[in-house]
Amino acid sequence: MKTRTGFYPNLIALQTILRREILRFMRIWSQTLLPPAITMCLYFLIFGKFIGSQLSNIHGYTYIQYIVPGLVMMSAMTNAYANTASSFFLTKFNKSIEEMIVSPMPNVITLLGFTFGGTLRGLIVGTIVLLIAFLFTHVPLEYPLVMVMMAVLASILFALGGVINAIYAKRFDDVSFIPTFVLTPLTYLGGVFYSVQQLPSFWRSISLCNPILVIVDTFRYGLLGISDVNVYAGFGLVVGLVIVLFFWAWLLLSKGTGIKM
Amino acid sequence: MNLALQVSQLKKIYPNGITALKGIDLEVAEGDFFALLGKNGAGKSTTIGIICSLINKTSGKVRVFDYDMDVELAKAKSLIGVVPQEINFGLFEKVSHILINQAGYYGIPKHIAMQRAEIYLNEMGLWHMHNQPAFRLSGGMKRRLMIARALMNEPKLLILDEPTAGVDIELRHTLWKFLTQLNQQGTTIILTTHYLEEAEHLCKNVAIIDHGEIIEHANMKSLLNRLNVQTLIFDLNEPMTQPPALNPYRHRFIDETTLEIELDRGQTMNDLFQVLSNNHIDVHSMRNKTNRLEELFIHLVTKHKK
Repeated sequence: MKTRTGFYPNLIALQTILRREILRFMRIWSQTLLPPAITMCLYFLIFGKFIGSQLSNIHGYTYIQYIVPGLVMMSAMTNAYANTASSFFLTKFNKSIEEMIVSPMPNVITLLGFTFGGTLRGLIVGTIVLLIAFLFTHVPLEYPLVMVMMAVLASILFALGGVINAIYAKRFDDVSFIPTFVLTPLTYLGGVFYSVQQLPSFWRSISLCNPILVIVDTFRYGLLGISDVNVYAGFGLVVGLVIVLFFWAWLLLSKGTGIKM
Repeated sequence: MNLALQVSQLKKIYPNGITALKGIDLEVAEGDFFALLGKNGAGKSTTIGIICSLINKTSGKVRVFDYDMDVELAKAKSLIGVVPQEINFGLFEKVSHILINQAGYYGIPKHIAMQRAEIYLNEMGLWHMHNQPAFRLSGGMKRRLMIARALMNEPKLLILDEPTAGVDIELRHTLWKFLTQLNQQGTTIILTTHYLEEAEHLCKNVAIIDHGEIIEHANMKSLLNRLNVQTLIFDLNEPMTQPPALNPYRHRFIDETTLEIELDRGQTMNDLFQVLSNNHIDVHSMRNKTNRLEELFIHLVTKHKK
């Protein structure tokens, strides 16, 4: 009997999830795109202009210039995570995930669809924040390829993290637990607002174990040409984490964890 | 005989230790209109959940149009359409988007999906709502939307899990007509329902499941023929004061214009009407006291319990 399976139908399925995800976050743009723009305007104004103007330069850049990469990445990562975590959990909660499960679409396509959706939102928000940064200061964009590659990889990484969080989540509270108690502290301690070179050696060593610091600093290299970490090591770490999280999420979906009885 | 569905030794034990299916065997022929009947918690939805991949089986085999679901899952799934018991679409999504997305998950290009969405929404009387978010639909409309959604991949096997639960009589009859047409066009249909009149009216073959076991798997007509006795209610034109002698039929008065008569297997309607005429009883109308399948269902399930 003739069936409709294979590469082309899977590509259409992937496009469908992606279109659905884009429609979702564009439809509620006032909850997804506007808040980070407003928050980052306040960060640039308060930390960059008001407080930053009284601080000395870091690695030859003004304080406001120094914090731009961190704020762009912070916005991109948290939005990529929030998008997949909330969208996947809601899909699971209202059972519309069953529409995907009953279809011939492989689990890997479901995973890629949600991940690309989250990545895209992360990149859109990151771009908005970067454009806002241009209004406040000069940003040199030293190595655009490094900048784009790290922004994409970090958004993929956090989008995958959001999917895994949503798979395990049983209640709405579970979706906000990791961002609140794990990601936010790691982000604020991840070199967004300061250079680890300014820390005592003990805290510097501890900070260098924070993957978010590695991501932010590698991205900072792309924007400003300065970094506290080895850029190649930064890419290696992020690619490694993307691979681990991808297979973790794929395994969970294949087993039906949290979505099948 | 080509089989649309073949289930062998299907077993499901839930993580809480409850055994929902005790190794059932089930066969549904291509083109069949098949009823899967059972009480609440008998194992109907678990069976359907496993066939549709919504529930992981513990052991056993499921083949759909000869595709083994353990080996060629995608091919098997591409031939199935499912209407679940509970609403399972995003209530904030537009009606047409729900259908187009569903088609997309099956790998159907958007331009074809849009055409099909229009056809099936019209068929279900929902086209006027296509641009509305799904939460604006009434209960009956939501059920019809789920049927339209299940048709988007033009399935060869359509599985409906209590599609008419909570649906008004008029809509139920419309759905019956639609499903009959669909079956006549070649779609194999598996239906679970608590309305046994519905199963009797629509289905050619039937399986009855109880406590995770198939206790009956037969042709609907042959199953109904096994009914040893049927109880008929007669509405009379003239009130009667004296109980008539209707030997050899067991009978009783419900009221002075309503008579209940039991007809054993082997006794014919012709003979009964002859006796009624001989007694000058003028019959206005006649009906079965209960649905025939319902009588049989209760008999079989009670027997199995013992």
